[in-house]
Amino acid sequence: MTLLAVEGLTISLPTPGGPLRVVRDASFALERRQTLGIVGESGSGKSMTALAIIGLLPAGATAAGRVMLDGEDLLMASEERLCALRGNRIAMIFQEPMTSLNPVHRVGDQVAEGLILHRGLDRAAALAEAARLLDRVGIAQAGARLRAYPHELSGGQRQRVMIALALACRPDLLIADEPTSALDVTVQAQIIELLRGLIDDFGMALLLISHDLAVVGEIADRVMVMYAGAVAEEGPTAALYAVRAHPYTQGLFGALPDRLARKGRRLAAIPGTVPLANELPPGCPFHGRCPKAAPICRETPPPWASHAADHRARCYFPGAAR
Amino acid sequence: MSLGPGFGWHRYPALIAGAAVTLVLVTLAAVSLAWTPYPVTELVIARRLQGPSAAHWLGTDQFGRDVLSMLMAGSRNSIAVGFVAVGIGLTLGVALGMLAAARRGLIDEAVMRLGDFTFAFPAVLSAIMITAIAGPGAINAIIAIGIFNIPVFARLARGAALQVWSRDFILAARAAGKSTFRITLEHVLPNVAGLLVVQATIQFALAILAEASLAYLGLGTQPPNPSWGKMLNEAQTFMSRAPLLAVFPGLAIAVAVLGINLLGDGLRDLIDPKLRRARA
Amino acid sequence: MIQFCLRRLATLCVTLIAASAVVFVVMEVLPGDPAVVMLGTEAQPETLAALRKQLGLDRPAPERYVTWLAGFVTGDLGLSQTYRVPVSELIADRLAITGPLALAAIVLSTAIALPLGLFAAARHRRLGDAGVMAFGQLGLAVPNFWFGLLLVLVFSISLGWLPAGGFPGWQGGIGPAMRALILPAVALALPQAAILARVARSAILDAMAEDYVRTARAKGLTRRAALWRHVLRNAMIPIVTIMGLQFSFLLAGAIIIENVFYLPGLGRLVFQAISQRDLIVVKDIVVLLAGTVVFINFVVDLLYAVLDPRLRSFRT
Ligand SMILES: Nc1ncnc2c1ncn2[C@@H]1O[C@H](COP(=O)(O)OP(=O)(O)OP(=O)(O)O)[C@@H](O)[C@H]1O
Ligand SMILES: [Mg+2]
Repeated sequence: MTLLAVEGLTISLPTPGGPLRVVRDASFALERRQTLGIVGESGSGKSMTALAIIGLLPAGATAAGRVMLDGEDLLMASEERLCALRGNRIAMIFQEPMTSLNPVHRVGDQVAEGLILHRGLDRAAALAEAARLLDRVGIAQAGARLRAYPHELSGGQRQRVMIALALACRPDLLIADEPTSALDVTVQAQIIELLRGLIDDFGMALLLISHDLAVVGEIADRVMVMYAGAVAEEGPTAALYAVRAHPYTQGLFGALPDRLARKGRRLAAIPGTVPLANELPPGCPFHGRCPKAAPICRETPPPWASHAADHRARCYFPGAAR
Repeated sequence: MSLGPGFGWHRYPALIAGAAVTLVLVTLAAVSLAWTPYPVTELVIARRLQGPSAAHWLGTDQFGRDVLSMLMAGSRNSIAVGFVAVGIGLTLGVALGMLAAARRGLIDEAVMRLGDFTFAFPAVLSAIMITAIAGPGAINAIIAIGIFNIPVFARLARGAALQVWSRDFILAARAAGKSTFRITLEHVLPNVAGLLVVQATIQFALAILAEASLAYLGLGTQPPNPSWGKMLNEAQTFMSRAPLLAVFPGLAIAVAVLGINLLGDGLRDLIDPKLRRARA
Repeated sequence: MIQFCLRRLATLCVTLIAASAVVFVVMEVLPGDPAVVMLGTEAQPETLAALRKQLGLDRPAPERYVTWLAGFVTGDLGLSQTYRVPVSELIADRLAITGPLALAAIVLSTAIALPLGLFAAARHRRLGDAGVMAFGQLGLAVPNFWFGLLLVLVFSISLGWLPAGGFPGWQGGIGPAMRALILPAVALALPQAAILARVARSAILDAMAEDYVRTARAKGLTRRAALWRHVLRNAMIPIVTIMGLQFSFLLAGAIIIENVFYLPGLGRLVFQAISQRDLIVVKDIVVLLAGTVVFINFVVDLLYAVLDPRLRSFRT
């Protein structure tokens, strides 16, 4: 059975001006031991999608559609059930390693907490396991580091601790929301390398949200491109990177494909800005910035166009770059 | 910040309520300068300790004085204390804070330590000491409260000014050859003024409270000058016979302080909408 | 940690010495000779001189300052001019009232404020939250001595449940003495509690919005478990700051409240000493109170370090 199947996910956030639909009708699937990369500009709804899966949307937010984990709809699940799954079968790593650890608790205890909660270990056993985990994520002298406080660690080390914390109960699904954006370039590479090794070892599925197309290209099996809260294109990494069916995807990659090869390649600048969710134009949300825009694009949202059996884009004029 | 037609007054209920109360307070004080329902010095023993009536809306005290008139005259006293005490703290404190921020080094250290030191003496305690030395009286009480305000403003001004000093446009002003004093006057002060106004409002309310406490203890305003704290002191003796005498002056203090505090909160929201959203 | 304590302790001592020096100098320049105050203006010059010698007033000021300062360690704080008893005895007597009063007020205000703040934070943007916020505004605006008068009006004069003032003394049994302290403690505590509840609310709300709380929830902790294990400890840092600041307000408040309820505590003593110009007593009490405030700030600093490991490893 598919590990994670998201169908028609629509997320509304409460704002003073009424509910704001920040994710619209997103559907995708993730198989066991596979990696799905989500890319898109800032504000395209990547984090909200991730938070909806783990059930930690901001207060007052509502999610419609279905989020199926092994056939169980998480959007319907009770808070109690979600607490039993979180940190246990689904885990998440956040963007800010500096603030994501509690400054007043020792890192060992923070890693051990999930083990005590889900595995029923006593504190000593949980700490011993925490030491093994810290060692596995590449923290030197892990046993001694258990007693360190977060402020005594570097940014890279803290993100390693976050990874150990997330992996503690050997989850089936790991969500990593821009795990390296806040780190130095060299550290970024190390962390990505670590993640890649870990998903093999632990047999996890990984949902990787990133701005870094090079990283996603290296590690993801499939890639999903989001724009203004909707999925613009989705397909196998190699095919999507080669074809770039959606003009937005082409924009993300920029005009020169060979520059992609460069390490640390960030999203290219596309002229214009993402329309806000409350002022979305009718038709295709991208038409205002799209070089291929035709009259129909302003009127009716485009349907899915299949490029291959498992590669589709939401565009009237999908096609290869250039 | 534009106060054009699009300005949504309804989004600032605290500001409106606070401004309204403050306005009433100031109006009453101003009117009392020229007119009160009855002269506040008029003692009529025949009508002592009367309850509220059509002639005396809030009743009369143990000397037959009209309570409403006394409260009106008392507001004058509270406002005057607030202005002078905050004025002392604001002028000296801001001057020290600006100096510390502009010069740094030893002066800065001295100003900060002086602040630490003053905080060791609670306002009422230092007021008690000052009145112990110089004798009770409104002036001494005001000075005591004012002195306590100096480090409050000095710290605030210093902290805010340091931030302004680190900005780019200061560098430009320096490059243009302006003196430290001119930069402080032309660039730093205007940028911290909003913050200072908000704090001044809050300190104003605190000064009214402190003066009321001192007057209640007999260390502040002396008779025959009416003051809310003094009225409460006198009312205590007659509390079983005339309980309302102990209610109205306290109510006046609480409403005045509440109103001024709301005004301060409202001004802060207006000046710093970010903060407002964060707190909401 | 030890280094941290020592550094704070050194600052504490410097502040105390500076404070006592200021008080000493201020009292020194005051007109009025304590010996004359004690014996009256018609006293014989010889008797005056003898008393001066007995009081140590004939020695130079720096020497007297040091002797006086040493008195805080040895417990010999000099003789009260009006009561003719050692000031240390006077203070000890009065402390038996002010101490329990202040303690009761702190315990009461904390016991009210923290649960209230927690309640408001949990009911964020709902009615209960707005209620606590309004309660906080009232706490800032209502003077504690007036609140004390209102309590007397309701609970003593109207209902007759509790005494309106005075103190029967501890020797008459704990019960009546405690009854006499109930209204003063409430008058002192409730306005403070209202302010503290507001602070607690925003501290908890701020901590709840932190990223590490999201991490805790992602681990599978329930909202409540995350609150207890991750939010409260962090929220305590600003709360303890305000509690330390409030302590000095509480001391000042105690001076006033003791006068409202005719409690023969330190506050009433210092007040009486002022009107009788018993300057030795004023001097001693002011330094003692200032010392207490400084000491409490020291304790707050230590508490910070206990609560926040980031401060512990701070080195200079
Ligand atoms: N708490 C919130 N209340 C209201 N709107 C929000 C809130 N959080 C996020 N949004 C809005 O929701 C939209 C989607 O946000 P999201 O965080 O999912 O974007 P993202 O793709 O993760 O962007 P980034 O790359 O910057 O992390 C954005 O337009 C954002 O402004
Ligand atoms: Mg994001």
